[in-house]
Amino acid sequence: MFLRTVLSRLLTTLVTLFGVAVVVFVLVRVAPGNPIAMMLPPGASEDDIAQLTALYGFDKSLVEQFFIWIGGVVQGDFGTSITLRQPVADLVLARLPATLELSFFALLIAVAIGGVAAVIGARRRGSPTEAAVDLTSGAVLSIPDFLWGLLFVLLFGVLWPVLSISGRLDPRLEFDFLTNFVAIEGLLRGRFDVAGSAFSHMLMPALSLALPLAALIAQLLKQNLKEVLIQDYTTLSRVRGFSETQVILRDAMRNAALPTLTLVGVQFTFLIGGTVIVERLFAYGGLGNMAIDAVINRDLPLIQGIVLLFAALFVAINLLVDLSYTLLNPRLRHG
Amino acid sequence: MADVSLQTTPRARSGRRNLRLWLPLAWITTLGMAALFAPLIAPHDPLYQDLFLERLPPFFMSGTEPGYWLGTDSLGRDVLSRVIYGTRIALCVSLIAATATCLVGSTLGLLAGYFGGWWDRVISRLIEIWMAFPPVLFAVLLVAVMGTGLTSVIVAIALIDWTRFARVIRAETMVQAQMDYVDSAQIGGARRLTTLVSEILPNVLPSIVALLMLEMGIAVIVEAILSFVNLSLSSDVATWGSMIAEGRNAIHFAWWVLLFPLIALFLTVLSFSQLGEGLKQRFDPVLQ
Repeated sequence: MFLRTVLSRLLTTLVTLFGVAVVVFVLVRVAPGNPIAMMLPPGASEDDIAQLTALYGFDKSLVEQFFIWIGGVVQGDFGTSITLRQPVADLVLARLPATLELSFFALLIAVAIGGVAAVIGARRRGSPTEAAVDLTSGAVLSIPDFLWGLLFVLLFGVLWPVLSISGRLDPRLEFDFLTNFVAIEGLLRGRFDVAGSAFSHMLMPALSLALPLAALIAQLLKQNLKEVLIQDYTTLSRVRGFSETQVILRDAMRNAALPTLTLVGVQFTFLIGGTVIVERLFAYGGLGNMAIDAVINRDLPLIQGIVLLFAALFVAINLLVDLSYTLLNPRLRHG
Repeated sequence: MADVSLQTTPRARSGRRNLRLWLPLAWITTLGMAALFAPLIAPHDPLYQDLFLERLPPFFMSGTEPGYWLGTDSLGRDVLSRVIYGTRIALCVSLIAATATCLVGSTLGLLAGYFGGWWDRVISRLIEIWMAFPPVLFAVLLVAVMGTGLTSVIVAIALIDWTRFARVIRAETMVQAQMDYVDSAQIGGARRLTTLVSEILPNVLPSIVALLMLEMGIAVIVEAILSFVNLSLSSDVATWGSMIAEGRNAIHFAWWVLLFPLIALFLTVLSFSQLGEGLKQRFDPVLQ
C-alpha cells in the first residue's frame, strides 16, 4: 500500500516537473529580443549570426527545440549559458550549495525561534504572555522577508554595523575546499575562520527568511500543544509529578509536532523561493541572485536551468514531507 | 478561542477587534488622501533634481535645509514628496492587481471545488505546477517577457498569485458543497451554476475578502521588489520600490532614502493584513 502511494506520488511529481518545463520554455521563447544578437559585437557578419543561431539550436522549430532541450536535461545536459559561456549544469551546481546552506540555516533559526515561542506560549496559556506571543507572531507573520531584509540592512549595516551586508564570505580568506558548502566544510575541517565568516554573512539574510516562518510555527505549534495538553495522558504525567515544562517537552511535543511538520514542509519551499530576492538584497552569491542576472541578461538556457532546479527542489521537498507524514502517522500507514 | 472568552468580556473583545479594523483603515485612508491630493500636499516636485541639495539629512539631524523635512536623495530630490507621490503607484497596483488576482483565483477555486471531476483535475494540476515556481523569479521573468510598465506588473501579479485564492477557495467550496442547503437548492430545481453563485459564493465570501486584503499588501511588496531589480516602471515615476533600490545603493551616504519608504511599506502591509483578519472575524458567523 505504501509502495503504491510512493509510486503514484512520484508519477504526479514527474508530471508537475514536465509542466514547469513547458511553462518556462514557452515563457522564455516568447520574450522579445534576440539573445544571439546580444552576444555578438556590432558589425558581425550574417554568417556569424547564422552559425551561432545554429549552435544554440534557435534555427529549429519551437517543438523541436523543446524536445532537444528536454532530451538533454534527462541526460544531465542543461545546455550552455549564453552570457557566461559555460555549461548551465556546472554553473548551477556551483551556486546551489550557497542557496541550500542559506535555506537550511534559515529553517533552523525558524524552528528554534518558533519552537521556543510556542513552548513559552503553551506553558503560560491564558496569561498576558500568551497574548504577547499571539500579537507578536501575528505582526511578524504579515511582514514578508524582503522587508525584514531591508530593515536588517538599516539596523546592522548602518545603525550598528556589526555584520557585513553583502557577499557570502570575506574575500581575503584563502582556502581550498572540495565542495562549495563552505560553512559546513569549514566546520568539518576545523577551518572556523571560513565557517565563521560564512555564518556571519548568512545571519541577516537567514533571519529575514526565517522570521515569517518562525511566527507561523509559533502559532501552529502552540495551538497543537494546547490541544494535546488537555488530554488525559498529560494529566497523568502531571499527577506523576512532572513539571508543566517537562510535560510539554516529554509528552505533548511528540503528538503536537506531527501536524506542524506538514506545514513546515510546504512553508520551507516558500522560504527557498524567498531566497531569490533576499540573496539579491544582500548580494549573496547563490542561485537566486544568479537567476535575476540571467533574466536581465536574457540568458535563456541559464534561466531554464535555474527554474527547473528550483522546481525540482520544491517538488522533492513536498514529496519527502508527504512520505514522512505517511510513515510517521500510523493511521495513514495502515489506511 | 474558548479560553479567551472566559477571561475577557464580550465588550472588551469587540473593542479590541474594532481597533484592529480602525487603525489600519485610518492608515489606508491617509494613503488614499495622499495619493489623491499629492500635488497639493507634497512640498516639492518629486522628480525635480537639485544637485546643490543632494543628500540632505532629515529634520532631526544637523545640516538640514528648511522645507526638506525628510531630506533629499543622491540626486537632490525631496524624499517626503517622493514618498507622497509613491502612494499613487502603491495604491493603484494594490487595488487593480489584487482585484484581478482575486477574480481569477476565486473563479477557478469555485469551479474546481464545486464541479470537481475534470475541472478539479486540471485546475489542481495547474496549481501544483504554479506552486513549483519560485514566485519572485516567476514575476521577474514575466515582467522581463512582457516589458516593464504598470500593466506588466499588474498582469504578472495576477498570473502568479491566483493560486493563493484558488487553493483556499477550492477547499472551502468543497466543504460547502457537502452541506444540506446545497442539496435542498438542487432539489428545488436550481441550476448548478446558479447554486454556486447564489448559495455557495456568499458563504465563502468572508475568506475571499480576507484574502483580497492580504493580496493588496502583497501586491505592494511585489511592485517594490520589481522596482528594486529595476523592472517595474521607468525612472520618471516616483515609487517606494525605486526609492528603496536607490536607498540600498546609497546606504552608507544617505540611509534616510531607504528608511522612509520602508516605514511606509511596513505600515501598509501590516494594515492590509490586519484589515483582512479583522474583516474575516467580523463576518465569520462561527467566530462571532
